[in-house]
Amino acid sequence: MSALHTILDRAMAGSRLSPDDATVLATCSDLTALGAAADAVRRRWNPEPIATYVVGRNINYTNVCWVRCRFCAFYRAPGSSDGYVLQTDEILEKIEEMVTLGGIEVLLQGGLNPRLRIEWFEGLFRAIKTRFSSAGVILHALSPAEIIYIARISRLDLKECLTRLRDAGLDSIPGGGAEVLSERVRRRISPVKDTAEEWLQCMRSAHLLGIRTTATMMYGSVDTWEDRIEHLLRLRTLQDETRGFTAFIPWSYQPDGTDLGGARTGAFEYLKTLAISRIVLDNVAHVQASWVTQGPRVAQIALGYGADDFGSTMMEENVVSSAGCTYTLPLAEIERLIRVAGYAPRRRTTQYALLEPDGPRV
Amino acid sequence: MPDAGFLRRAVRDPALLRIAERVLDGDRLSFADGLTLSRSGDLTGVGRLANFVRERMHGDRTYYVRNRHINYTNVCNKHCKFCYFARSPRDGGPKPYTLSPDDVREALARCDDPDVAEIHIVGGIDPRLPYSYYLELIRAVRSARPRACIKAFTVVELVQIQNCSGRSMEHVLRELKEAGLSAVPGGGAEVLSDRVHAELHPLKLRPAEWLKTSRLVAAAGIPQYATMLYGHVETDEERVAHLIRLRELQDDTGHFLAFTPLSFHPEGTYLASLPRPTGCDDLRMVALSRLMLDNVPHVKTFWVMSSPAVSQIALHYGADDLDGTVQEYRITYEDGRLGDPRQHLASSEMVRLIEDAGREPVERDGLYRAPAA
Repeated sequence: MSALHTILDRAMAGSRLSPDDATVLATCSDLTALGAAADAVRRRWNPEPIATYVVGRNINYTNVCWVRCRFCAFYRAPGSSDGYVLQTDEILEKIEEMVTLGGIEVLLQGGLNPRLRIEWFEGLFRAIKTRFSSAGVILHALSPAEIIYIARISRLDLKECLTRLRDAGLDSIPGGGAEVLSERVRRRISPVKDTAEEWLQCMRSAHLLGIRTTATMMYGSVDTWEDRIEHLLRLRTLQDETRGFTAFIPWSYQPDGTDLGGARTGAFEYLKTLAISRIVLDNVAHVQASWVTQGPRVAQIALGYGADDFGSTMMEENVVSSAGCTYTLPLAEIERLIRVAGYAPRRRTTQYALLEPDGPRV
Repeated sequence: MPDAGFLRRAVRDPALLRIAERVLDGDRLSFADGLTLSRSGDLTGVGRLANFVRERMHGDRTYYVRNRHINYTNVCNKHCKFCYFARSPRDGGPKPYTLSPDDVREALARCDDPDVAEIHIVGGIDPRLPYSYYLELIRAVRSARPRACIKAFTVVELVQIQNCSGRSMEHVLRELKEAGLSAVPGGGAEVLSDRVHAELHPLKLRPAEWLKTSRLVAAAGIPQYATMLYGHVETDEERVAHLIRLRELQDDTGHFLAFTPLSFHPEGTYLASLPRPTGCDDLRMVALSRLMLDNVPHVKTFWVMSSPAVSQIALHYGADDLDGTVQEYRITYEDGRLGDPRQHLASSEMVRLIEDAGREPVERDGLYRAPAA
């Protein structure tokens, strides 16, 4: 029996894999073997025959960003004529539309805009919560890069900044901007943004304040498997410490229109990365499929490769669609894809509480 | 050779374990096994079994062909309910067209890949076309591309060609072969079921006639491809029965080179209200085909219908062939691209899809030989 199969057997039996084990998995191209092992880990965390999704809306409050990440086709530099900041009224109107459609999760993210200090966010969050808390709206907002930046320009320490945001209505933090938590990668693709350690520190602070977060990995730009494994292990270590991550979401770099350019990685690489992530991150309950970057056909297959969740219905997407990735997916189709894959579709909250199957319909 | 012990351990569905033992022993699978594979909740396990067989037959070798599709007419009198392509002269919608042999010669002269190794020719059934048209079409392609394999005329078209020739099928096949025909494509079988035939394509030849004519193709010494159009009204039983009917014929003839499950695209057809088969459906059909058709050398995944992404994954679910560069295809279209026939993957993109999946690309011609240098 090969070393690879020994490792997969151990993963299926519930043992923690070492960094060396993960390195062996990275050399594996036996896709269904990785899938079977990832599925065993998934079933240990999620034994019910269901796959979940959340009805929500993605809102990008500004595209103005001074950081100029080389993998991004969404941002506009400060002063650019096609930069925008959404007014509070526009944001409330978008949320109203979402609530009408039965949605509960507002995913609010944007660029690092030097004009937007903490008071702007506090005002916005309070306005959202005042109007929509009775509708059960959950504010899943601001990735670590944004929070670190808001703290910096508002002259606050991280804990103070997070506390004020939480008190204004922040419920949960999306794990974007992690890219790959390896300094070698970050120096090349986002040299101006926060370091891997700062990203992790922000998440640690949030978790310690009781704010749950997700974590992402944007692979497929300049990263190697060594970098991806470093990323997974750093997340696993922090999760051991805080148990604050609700879910992990790997997705692939989308190159069109970016400064970095390069080729788009394919479905095989996605399923392999997803499966290895699920196997190595043995202490995170949920892993999301990324239909936004992989398309619904591959995202459905991902439910057999470690993913137990289809993410958000989104309603709009502005970031990867700027980079040539334009999938849209009606809710009924999400449910059909989940059923055909052999699971009952269930709606959830941002914190993965299940909602009743006969809840509001879209 | 894949690891048999891990194969057993990685199969989650106990019903598949019995089948796994038969697969490991190289035993033929039954109709009941086919249904178990169709309905197992463990798609990854089904895929692993198919991948085991695929690797036992082909290792990592994964075939692709630089080819070009020519759809010579969209005029058709068969009115199949699953078809977007065909137009009768009385219909509205896309204009009916018929390419003359000279049109085809010119199209091939413009073809940007001079080393194209396979010309795939299929079209509608237009009773106004004379017998000479079909022979001239093949001769035109043969003169324009002397070294390419010509894979032309499904069994449905062959029956029409014979009807307008006034000669025997044996005679017609001999003349087509002399004109340059290398192989017969697999279309037109749809699902080999009298029920599906009556419901969806009653004007086309019956399943028994499809099989009988395929025997004549074999007797004429012409290799043939086989397909199944799935994802419309057919049942699991009908799918498995289709594969077994092909398997029985292949036991007698041995002339089928490859089998391709074709994923139905409802958009624009009479069946537009049906949902399209999902990625999981496509993977399962590839795996089921590989496991049931133990006597057919190759199982193909057709990226035009399944998407390049799902076809890449299918290379681990039993498929050993990614088909071709295609260039133009007028019968089905990608989502949101209805009516745009430019459907092309460069051979470099095909090689990349195969290599990225950990497989070894092998370029072939229309008969699974190394392309002529």
